[in-house]
Amino acid sequence: MAKIEEKQSKQKIEITDGVLIPARDDSSIFSAWRISFYGAIAALVVLPFLSPEPYSHVLKFIIGFDENWRFDIGNSGLVKTFEVTVLSIFFALFIGLLVGLGRISRISFINRLCTVYVEVIRGIPLLVQLFYIYYALAKFVKIMDISAAVIAMAICYGAYIGEIFRAGIQSIPKGQMEAALALGMSRSQAIYRIILPQTIKVVLPPIGNEFIALLKDSSLVSILAVSDLLRRGREYASTSFYYFETYTMVAIIYLILTLFFSRLVAIMEERMKINANQS
Amino acid sequence: MPIRVKVINVSKNFGNVVALRNVSLEVRKGDVFFIIGSSGSGKSTLLRCINRLENVTSGEIWVEDDLVTGPKANIRKIREETGMVFQSFNLFPHLTVLDNITLAPRIVKKVDKYEAEDVARSLLKRVGLLDKERAYSEQLSGGQQQRVAIARALAMNPKVMLFDEPTSALDPEMTKEVLDVMRDLADEGMTMIVVSHEMGFAKAAATKVVYMDNAEIIEMGTPEQIFDNPQKERTQRFLKNVLKS
Ligand SMILES: Nc1ncnc2c1ncn2[C@@H]1O[C@H](COP(=O)(O)OP(=O)(O)OP(=O)(O)O)[C@@H](O)[C@H]1O
Ligand SMILES: [Mg+2]
Repeated sequence: MAKIEEKQSKQKIEITDGVLIPARDDSSIFSAWRISFYGAIAALVVLPFLSPEPYSHVLKFIIGFDENWRFDIGNSGLVKTFEVTVLSIFFALFIGLLVGLGRISRISFINRLCTVYVEVIRGIPLLVQLFYIYYALAKFVKIMDISAAVIAMAICYGAYIGEIFRAGIQSIPKGQMEAALALGMSRSQAIYRIILPQTIKVVLPPIGNEFIALLKDSSLVSILAVSDLLRRGREYASTSFYYFETYTMVAIIYLILTLFFSRLVAIMEERMKINANQS
Repeated sequence: MPIRVKVINVSKNFGNVVALRNVSLEVRKGDVFFIIGSSGSGKSTLLRCINRLENVTSGEIWVEDDLVTGPKANIRKIREETGMVFQSFNLFPHLTVLDNITLAPRIVKKVDKYEAEDVARSLLKRVGLLDKERAYSEQLSGGQQQRVAIARALAMNPKVMLFDEPTSALDPEMTKEVLDVMRDLADEGMTMIVVSHEMGFAKAAATKVVYMDNAEIIEMGTPEQIFDNPQKERTQRFLKNVLKS
């Protein structure tokens, strides 16, 4: 009896601010995903076809095609958005791993430091952090737009990913560490050889979610003079005055990207489930 | 026979919970030392203090000439000398059977890879699993996993093996295959401390039996003394309950 009650009181509603992950066995979300994804692709194709002015021009401008549909990487908002996202997630993973290890460290100074970092970062809106880091850094060094953006995003997401690593490490059964120690391994050998390799599998799906969240949040860097998708859209709108049409296209592109990656994360999760069930 | 493990007046508290109270015992070379007792009586805690997975609150433990409980204890050496087998096997699921066995010798003792694999194969042969060296733990039955776990502990060439309820997660058939391996070990002269309620095995293989209750040693003696002629009332009651079930 007591056990059941305890379980119930611990039940949590699991709703994150991320996108819904469309798993195949969750038919309502999966069909909603299909409607949104193929709907968005249809809109992306049909709108420029029906009225090239302005939709086709907007599309060319933000994705980075010139008049003759030649791709110009320097002017591509899409490429810039990916650049910021991929670089940020890379450094965020690095910071996150260190913070996750720090959060389980037995050295109380390191433990405290990492916990404070996580608390502080998670308590400040990302947009405020972006401004803060950009202008704080600008006081000391003259850094390029994109580095400031990447540093700020990585510092922020490092805190969230650190919590994912911590939870992942703590989800490995205690017996694994004990068996390793009983065999004479040191704690760091046990973490490196036994715990972390098993953690990777557990943290991959939530890190996929963070990647999607970061992709969306990367639109915030458009305020830092980074010519990402949103900023290219703003540039186009402010000269052509096609505000509504421009932001329609920008929204559709973001939607397609996030839906595409959320399905990718779902496929990854399904693969892992299959692997786990094969035992 | 020389003394392998000596526990002197050991007490262990977890906060307010007393897990061990003034426990003393001696394990000699070649002993198969059985510990029985009801749940929560401190059996696991005692084993875990011997390889220092737990620190004692007071008292001393020696493994041969090494003081386990001292502040300057060489923990790594102590753990090399004591192999441990767990109720839940605790094989490393991301490694093959062979890597499970060779990892610790290679990174702790710096044994050469090929040498470690040779040793691992001879151990696998001993536990009857030579054909499983490429398997992962999820592909093995519980009994097979536990036999690999025993081989893994033996690969460090320990002087004492600690078994914490090695068969209580297994069904009778798999229990037998694990007990057979343990029996072979005992016959080869391995010093073993075994927490288990396999009375048949204890009667056949144990050289000494200790009954623990409520953090204390209640009675200690040969298997005949404890099983056939227990002196303390608590021991009698416990044995009656165990044999009934
Ligand atoms: N890490 C711990 N923290 C707090 N209390 C503990 C801890 N480990 C054990 N105890 C307590 O110490 C006492 C002895 O536990 P122990 O696991 O040694 O018993 P046991 O004889 O092995 O029991 P079982 O047969 O159930 O395995 C119990 O009351 C237990 O709740
Ligand atoms: Mg126990």
